[in-house]
Parts: sequence; structure tokens; C-alpha cells
Amino acid sequence: MTELPPDNQPDDAMADVPEQPSSEGRKMMRRMTGVDESWRQALVVPALSILLALIVGAVIIMVTDVDAWRLMREDPVAALGEMLEGVWVAYRALFLGAFGSVRAISETLFTATPLILAGLAVAVGFQTGLFNIGARGQMFMGGLAAVWVGLHVELPAVLHVSLAILAAIVVGGIWGGITGLLKARTGAHEVITTIMLNFVAAFFVLWALKTPAFQEEGSNLPQSAPLPESVRLPAIFGEQYRVNIGLLIAIAAVFFVYWLMYRSTLGFEFRATGFSPTASVYAGMNVSFLLTAVMFVSGALAGVAGSTMTQGLPPYTVTSNFAGTIGFDAIALALLGRSHPFGVLWAGLLFGALIAGGRSMQAAAGVSVDLVIVMQALIIVFIAAPELVRTIFRLKKAKAEPAQLTKGWGG
Amino acid sequence: MALELRGITKRFPTVIANDDVSLAVQPGEIVALLGENGAGKTTLMNILFGLYTPDEGRVIIDGEELKHADPGAAIAAGVGMVHQHFMLVPVFTVAENVILGLEPLKGFDWIDRRTARKLVTEVSDRYNLSVDPDAMVEDIPVGVQQRVEIIKVLIRDARYIIFDEPTAVLTPQEVEEFFQIVRELKEDGKGVIFISHKLNEALEIADRIVVLRDGKSVGETNPRVATREQLAELMVGRPVLLTVDKEPATPEEVVLRVDNLVVLDDQAHRAVDGATLEVHAGEIVGIAGVQGNGQTELVESIMGMRPSLAGTVSVGGEDVTKHSPRQIHQLAVAHVPEDRQESGLVLSFTVTENMVLDSYYDPPYSRGVSMDWDAATQASQRLVDEYDVKTTRVDVPVSNLSGGNQQKVIVAREFDRDVKLVVASQPTRGVDVGSIEYIHARIVERRDQGAAVLLVSSELDEVMALSDRVLVMFKGRIAGEFDPMTASNTEVGLAMLGSEGGDDRVAS
Repeated sequence: MTELPPDNQPDDAMADVPEQPSSEGRKMMRRMTGVDESWRQALVVPALSILLALIVGAVIIMVTDVDAWRLMREDPVAALGEMLEGVWVAYRALFLGAFGSVRAISETLFTATPLILAGLAVAVGFQTGLFNIGARGQMFMGGLAAVWVGLHVELPAVLHVSLAILAAIVVGGIWGGITGLLKARTGAHEVITTIMLNFVAAFFVLWALKTPAFQEEGSNLPQSAPLPESVRLPAIFGEQYRVNIGLLIAIAAVFFVYWLMYRSTLGFEFRATGFSPTASVYAGMNVSFLLTAVMFVSGALAGVAGSTMTQGLPPYTVTSNFAGTIGFDAIALALLGRSHPFGVLWAGLLFGALIAGGRSMQAAAGVSVDLVIVMQALIIVFIAAPELVRTIFRLKKAKAEPAQLTKGWGG
Repeated sequence: MALELRGITKRFPTVIANDDVSLAVQPGEIVALLGENGAGKTTLMNILFGLYTPDEGRVIIDGEELKHADPGAAIAAGVGMVHQHFMLVPVFTVAENVILGLEPLKGFDWIDRRTARKLVTEVSDRYNLSVDPDAMVEDIPVGVQQRVEIIKVLIRDARYIIFDEPTAVLTPQEVEEFFQIVRELKEDGKGVIFISHKLNEALEIADRIVVLRDGKSVGETNPRVATREQLAELMVGRPVLLTVDKEPATPEEVVLRVDNLVVLDDQAHRAVDGATLEVHAGEIVGIAGVQGNGQTELVESIMGMRPSLAGTVSVGGEDVTKHSPRQIHQLAVAHVPEDRQESGLVLSFTVTENMVLDSYYDPPYSRGVSMDWDAATQASQRLVDEYDVKTTRVDVPVSNLSGGNQQKVIVAREFDRDVKLVVASQPTRGVDVGSIEYIHARIVERRDQGAAVLLVSSELDEVMALSDRVLVMFKGRIAGEFDPMTASNTEVGLAMLGSEGGDDRVAS
């Protein structure tokens, strides 16, 4: 009650702007997605959320330790000790699996690559007020396009890799752009259309991989022929490690998105449209074009993510579920990264580490890799409920800049 | 018997929000607390209501001191507050909202909707509030929602009622109805504190006016003897020009011509229904009218933000009926939009980003695909200095600025180029007195430099003071033309309500 909302104007959207969330809805979305936050705010809650998730994860490891529970009746102290040891072993394995060796680091970076790219795709949407749930479908379409180029075009390596990625950009972008165009022209909500287009893309891939254009001759499996050497993403730590130039592309994409959103003219328009469609119309921006364009960019980034899961994934025979759950993890990741490209980079690395570490945790400590998924989910729950985190850690409300303080008390 | 604040001081880290302020209100009295944005009015009321603990001073209600900051205690002591931002559940009925959070009364249970309805009806009838207890809050107009807040306060047996900027969200008609309610409350022996920065309202409604400036109480006057000029000077701390100082206009060629324009509103009604008008270079044409008579749609259509059904709009001889907002902007048209927070600014953008909001795509701010933020920052810094925008830096979000300074950002952005036509909608709504003077002066300056100015305002005083010609808009048409030098407010006011009168030259 001491903090008055900055605007008290009634919310009336313009007639010719495609339906947008109400200003309340936009505010809510901005709060969740972290668009429009100071960097300090953007750091504190995610960091504490990760910490909380680790704590809850530890509790889960403890209470699911069946052997220790058996011991509980006879010797509670020893049982508790065993539980704590279980946590130690599991988290140690998790950490070592993520950072403990060159292979572990390679696995972390390799896992992070498509996550970062898809996370950027979702973050770009968030910045413009769009909730792109379609990264999965865009990955499918982009990735499939890269496979087609891989199988049907013959070129020297550098050109072949580039052309395949370009195809992924274009096709992923178009797949995303469809959603933007539908929203701009008809007001169709992007959440609905992207979910539906995910299904279309998934089944299209399933069908396509059974056609002669993709299938290996004589095979009846829904998977592609092995991609030729020339289109595979080259490894960067040496052939024995899976991390490849996809990582460099992802990092380049981070800087590109940063430039696009904060330094380019188009990005200025994207952000203005996201914050206030009405003001964008007033300022003479073409909101319909911008919605389509930003969805193209978003889809293109997801398309590249898809291509790293085809051109970059040994053994280079592409199966019908190559996009996995990355398209959805990307939403979590964009939230964790507060929709900022650098935030997404760190969040992608973190999730990559969790997943890579989780695999070796399962092997070494016998704790299911599902725990990692639970922890990812918990991180997002905590981020979505910043008040909860603040209460747990007894943080004060985010301190505003000095100039903002005057807002609370004026008449 | 009185509500008293004695020697209240409240310090915040960088500012003293209240500095030894004393204030008292008797039952059956209306005290206006007047001050500019940031003068400390809201802080003072939050202390009274128990939301803040004062660093010094005491709050005494009917002889009992309110010791600890606690809204519950303040309510129990008989203080009620109607906030600027209503605290209602949109999907609940009026009756449900009223009983929400109420301590169970004797024989009254919160599930007992019938009793709740009866209570609401009783209070509503007693003060002529005409509120339907079964109406859904989201379906009723803002003015009625405010009355629901008043009922909430009354049902909790408040004897002293604080209204925090109650008229900010109301239309002029609703303000009249609201004042009637406040008078009824006074008749009934309630003590009322009315917080406002609007001089006219304070003068009209209050028995006593207390003026705050920079956290200090700088004067107390009787509205029967005080003048607007005196109050404005007290509020701002220097003499303020309330009338507009301008030479007679020297109109030249026609710049804006609107011919038989028909525009639909969001509900597909003909909001503008055959409006015809002309604005010449070097004159200010004011459009007066009760809100909702098509002014908003007229301006949106002129600016290319709303398609028209029939008729034409031309600027400087060029037909712009089908032009986009950007094309019109590029014809040297400046637009101060009606809803500055929704249309004129992107609130979470910085001052600089807002300064280039409609010119970002051209040099020097844009080098093709990338922005030149250095150039934008420089321009923004210059505009902030030139147009007297009060902000600590240009890279803070524009939402940190006060309403008046936000409006100056828009004026700076729109006026900082050669403009042929200025379309200003409600240019001073919600803006403090000092900034009103400033914005008016800038508009007149533009006129004197040869621009045509179309002014739309729901404040008749503003239209009469600023315009060289006044057109009255009624039901989507221009219903009359007046010379503000000779016409009286009453004549124009009657035309605004649709009665015959005025010169019909333009309408025909």
C-alpha cells in the first residue's frame, strides 16, 4: 500500500491493434519474465531460487532414501547421517558430472548449446510481450530443413554447414512468423497457435522421416540417413568430445540478440511494442509487421537450436524426437535469465550443467536424473513467486533507485 | 471532538516528506489539503491512517492518541480512507465487496448476503449514492466504484473520511456528483479531508484549505476569501500565471481541414458524425465538449490512429485521410495525446528512449539498422534542459517522473522541430499548476511561430483561456462556434449540453 502503482489510467486498447494482454496482464507478464528490471533485481531472486531448489532437492534425496528410512527406527542418528551422506554423494556426483573433467565440461557445454539458442528465442518473444511456446515446433522445422540440406546438397564443409544453418534459420523463422502473422492479422493468441503448430511440426517431422527424401535406402525406421561429414558441426575440443561449434554460434547469437534488442532500431520497436502497443501505434510503428518480425527472429533462433540437435548430435542419424523437451526447457530458461540475452546464456549453462551432471549423478549415486527436472521446475516456481523467495530470505522489497523513491510519497 | 495531527515530521532517506505539519478537522467540516505532486500530502495521510509511523508528532482522534502505526486502530478510531486506486474485487458484487474483510457484526455473518445487500441499500439511500448492491464491480463506471469505496468506509462507521485525489479518475460530470455526495457527508456530521492539487475543486468544496509545499504546511486559508492566484502561489512558491498571456491571433492559410468526417468508436457507434472544421496557421482552435462526444475519436482519426468511415482530413492541402500515423508525423504535425501514460509514453522506457519515440528511425538517432544512443542521449539531455523537465538523469525510466514532467517530455519531443500543426488533447490533465503554466506558454509560442493549433480539452476554463476560437462538439458534430473573448462560460456550457446557440457558420 505504500507503493502506489505508477499509472492510474484506465486501460483502453486501440481498435486497430491486435488483441494484446490488458495492461494489468502485461505488467504481470513483465514481472514474471523479468523484462523491465534493474540488474540487481534480476540477479538476486534467480540466485536465491537456485539455492532454494538445491535445498529442496536435498530434502527430496533424503526422504526418498529407502535404506536410511529402514534404519530410522533402530538408529535415527545413523539414519540421518546416511541421508546426509546420500545428499553429499549425489551433489558431488552432480558437480563432478558437470565440471569435474574435460569430458564433463564438454557435456555441460554441449547440452547447454541448444538450450541457450532456444532460450534466446523465447526471451526475444518475452521482450516484445509475446509468449512463444512454439520453440519446440520451430526447432523441429528448422532442424528438418538443415537435415534436408545436409542430405540433398553437396558442398564443401564450411559452405555446407553454413547453408544448412541458414536453411534452419529461414524455415524456423517462417514457422515462427506464421504465428506472428496470425496474431497481427486476426488477433489469434500466440500461445494457442504455437502450441498447435508444435503438433503440426512434430507430426510433419515424423512423416517426413519416413519418406525417401530423408530415410536411408532400405530402412523402414522413422529416422534419417546419416548426415554426410561435410554438414556435421565440427567439434571444438577434439573429436572425442561432443561440444561443437554450435556453442560458438549460440554465444554469437547471445551477442546478436543483445545488439538487436538494445542497440538496433528494430529492437527499439520490438521493445516499445512489447511494453505498450498503444504507444507504438502512436509513435507510428507498424505493430502488425513488428509482431510478425519478432516471431520470425524468435523462430529463427529456435530453428538454429534445432539444427544443433541434428547437425551437431552424434551419431548424426536424426530421429523423430530430436527436439526433445528443449523447447519447453527454453521457457524456464528465459524466465530464469530474466529475458536478457546474457541472463539466458548463464541460465543455459546452468541447465546444461544440471542435466549433464544429473546423468552422471544417476550413474554414480543412484539418484534418478528426474531429480534434476524437479529442481529445474522448482527454480522456476520460485522465480515465478518472487515474494515467496523474499519472504523466506527476509529480503526487503527491491530497493528502487533514489529517484524512484519520491514516487511513494508524493501527493 | 476533532481529528488532529500535531507537529508531524516524517523523514525518508533522502527527503523530509513532512516537516512539522499540523492539521485538524472537525465533524461536519471539509478540509482541503492542497499541494503539488510530491508535496507530502499522501505521506501525511498515510501517517494519519496508520500506514506510516511519524518520526515526530502525534495523531489524536477525538481526544485519544493513536499510538502505533496500524490501519486497524485508525479504522476502529473512526478514520476511513478512500484511496486513489480503488481496492475492489472486480468479479465480486458491490455487496460482496463491501462486506469483504469486515469484522463479523452482531447477527451479521459475512455469508449473509441478504443483510449485506440491505446494509448497502440503506447507506446508498441515505446518502443518495444510487448504488445497486447486486451489480458486479467490473461492470459499473469508475464514479460508481468510488461510491462503493465510500459505502465501505461508511459501513465501518467512519466519522472522518480521507479522500486521496478522488477526482483524478472521474469525468467532469462524475466530479459534480461526487461533490454532492461529499456535501451530504458533511451534512451528516462527517469530517472530510479532501486531498487534491486542483485549485478549483478545493475552492468549490472546502470549508478550509491547507496548503502543503515541500513537506511543510505553508498556509491555511478560507476559500471564501482566497483566490486561485493566491493558492497557486502558495503551492508553487512563486507567482503563477493562471490566465494565458497572449496577443490576438493573426490567422493565415488553412492548415488543417476536416470535412464531414465520420468515425466509429470501439463499439461501432458513430462517435464522430459528420464533423467539419478548419484550423488556420497562427491560431489556436479549442474544442470544448462534455467527454464522450467524439473528441477522442476525432483526434485519433486526424492522427491516422483510427480509420474514418467517410469524409476527409487534409493537412496543408494534402489529403491525409488514409495516412498512417508516421506519414502524418512526417508532415510536421505534433501530437500531444490524450492518454499520456498509455499512448504518449512507454512508461518503462527511459526518458531518452521516450524522447526519440517517434523520431528514432531517422538520423541522427538511427544509423540505418542500429541506433546511435549517444546522439539520442545528447538530444535528450538538451531537451530536458530546454523544456525544464525535472529528472535526476535521462536514463531513468520515465515512470519515475511526476505527471507534469512526463507531460513535458511529450511536449519537448513533439515541439522540438518545425511543426505546422499541433494537435493537443487534454494537454494539462493531471498536471500540476506550475507545469500547466509552462505547457500553455509553449503552445502559445508555437502559435506565434505560425503553427496551427487544435486544442481538445474537457476543462472549459482551459479551452476558453487558451483558444482564439472555440468550437463546441456535441454528439459527434461541431455544434457551435464561439469567440472566447466575448462568449461567456455559461453560453458555451449550454452548447456543450446540446442546446441551441452560438454561431452555426461552421456546422453548416
